[in-house]
Amino acid sequence: MAFQSEQDAKAYWREHLRLMFILSAIWFAVSFGCGILLADWLNQFRLGGYKLGFWFAQQGSIYTFVILIFVYARQMGRLDKKYGVSED
Amino acid sequence: MELKTLTYLIVGASFLLYIGIAIWSRAGSTQEFYVAGGGVHPVANGMATAADWMSAASFISMAGLIAYMGYGGSVFLMGWTGGFVLLAMFLAPYLRKFGKFTVPEFIGERYYSRTARIVAVVCLIICSVTYVIGQMKGVGVAFSRFLEVDYDIGLYVGMGIVFVYAVLGGMKGITYTQIAQYCVLIFAFTIPAIFISLNLTGSPFPQLGLGSTLVGSDTYLLDKLDLVLQDLGFAEYSTQDRLSKLNMFAYTLSLMIGTAGLPHVIIRFFTVPKVSDARKSAGWALLFIAILYTTAPAVSGMARLNLIDTFDGKDGAGLIYEERPQWFKNWEKTGLLEFEDKNGDGRVTHVADPAVDEMVTIDRDIIVLANPEIARLPNWVIALVAAGGLAAALSTAAGLLLAISSAISHDLLKGVFAPNISEKQELRASRIAMAVAIAFAGYLGLNPPDFAAGTVALAFGLAASSIFPALMLGIFSKRINKEGAIAGMLAGLGVTLFYVFQHKGVMFIPGTEFLGGMNENWFLGIEPNAFGAVGAAVNFVVAFAVSKVTAAPPSSVQELVEHIRVPKGVDPAKAH
Repeated sequence: MAFQSEQDAKAYWREHLRLMFILSAIWFAVSFGCGILLADWLNQFRLGGYKLGFWFAQQGSIYTFVILIFVYARQMGRLDKKYGVSED
Repeated sequence: MELKTLTYLIVGASFLLYIGIAIWSRAGSTQEFYVAGGGVHPVANGMATAADWMSAASFISMAGLIAYMGYGGSVFLMGWTGGFVLLAMFLAPYLRKFGKFTVPEFIGERYYSRTARIVAVVCLIICSVTYVIGQMKGVGVAFSRFLEVDYDIGLYVGMGIVFVYAVLGGMKGITYTQIAQYCVLIFAFTIPAIFISLNLTGSPFPQLGLGSTLVGSDTYLLDKLDLVLQDLGFAEYSTQDRLSKLNMFAYTLSLMIGTAGLPHVIIRFFTVPKVSDARKSAGWALLFIAILYTTAPAVSGMARLNLIDTFDGKDGAGLIYEERPQWFKNWEKTGLLEFEDKNGDGRVTHVADPAVDEMVTIDRDIIVLANPEIARLPNWVIALVAAGGLAAALSTAAGLLLAISSAISHDLLKGVFAPNISEKQELRASRIAMAVAIAFAGYLGLNPPDFAAGTVALAFGLAASSIFPALMLGIFSKRINKEGAIAGMLAGLGVTLFYVFQHKGVMFIPGTEFLGGMNENWFLGIEPNAFGAVGAAVNFVVAFAVSKVTAAPPSSVQELVEHIRVPKGVDPAKAH
């Protein structure tokens, strides 16, 4: 392992899990939340011609997914550098 | 130029391109054959993954399904994209760090067990083979509809093309052809969509067009669609559930987990140089996929509206059958569109009530296939759709065939039966395995078993219930041992198969289903295609419970887990 100490290794993994938890929560909220469970309620609001719940299910969740992965890649890159475990 | 000549030209040109790439990118080593040498740029891999992932179902069928399912069709849109978030965060980077060639290889090493590896190979082969049948059928159908050659001959040509670039080039050949295929298919899908959006709403972006007002009016497109459909007795487009919210939830989750667990997608991430590249590459892959997946629902809504308009006729009293447009006649010949003048007035009546509805057959695939004709687009656009459908089917078929052949040559032959073969022999074995897999897939495409229609959903159910949990637990838990993993995989697989078979028949043979397809017998009202999520949950629970009461994995395995969790110290993907 490339970590300075056992503590660093633990801290790295903890921060990693926290990031994953936050991003997974957003992933769940936009698709299963706004796109399915809350869709009927959200449909009272509109985004142009889209009912909001319908928009989340057929457009919004997909855009969010793309952003989530790029945010994950960037934040992990920073985390790797912070703990000196990046590849370059 | 005549449509048929033009179609031959465009499809022929795309095939020449694929073969040219194959000759240029021959694989010379097992590393090149299995993981394209491990030096693929993350953006290039993202594009190849997008083509690998988007199959004949995404290209030809999905928009049509959504056109008739409305809001309920969102399960496909969210399910088939959301899985990439799971893949990027829970699997791809760590498996890339592990740095080997196949998915069963990871399972075998993480669970220090040949049995686990063989179970994984079995799961992989079941889900990849069921999936590949659909692609081969897609190739045959595209040929017979657009080029008017026999289904069989179309299938042989398709097999021949895949044979050339997959057997010669392995993953290296497949990667570069998939990039070309992505360009062909995305162009073929978006061009007609842009034209239709311009026609209906004046917006060149279909994603915005679907939420805009119709040209020359203040009415939003979706409101009009809701209104028109309700008038005809159909459910409201933008709120129509797929059975129930719970079923939609389970369906979406199954498709997401299944997507992340499909081996032919996972192995694409073994081809990039670094762990950080694997993360980025997943983002690029989803971005490229999202271009099609956000366009598709626009195509669905707009095509449905166009279709209803056409059936309405010029005076709104129903299309006069004798005056039907050319595309109507063309697709009637294929049997995908069928009219029966029930009330004998010589006009088309299209409503929800099946006793009155005179459009007795409207195959869902029409929505994408006939879309350019319905919107009166130039012939070259129609020809392009043919090339796009073929590109989507061929690229996915090649990826699946590689996953199957590497599982046979690398996991079964090199890993279990003949560990001492040289690299050269293994390379030859993998080429032979690939050729056999192509012949087998072709055979299944020519003689599709009765269950072919239900199988793609099964592939997702199995990937979700067996492969994904075993991989994820292997990375995120140090405590899961071989007993737990094997029991979990078998339990997940068993429960899912049992549920599907009891409602759809054992091996889908009609008459053997013991609870029937009856909705009232569905567990919590969840349809069989959506059961993978429950299977995955069973897998997780069983794996935890069994691991708890059996011995912890050896310390070398715990070190392996520590090792793959951190990017530093990555090796180029290689055999050991």
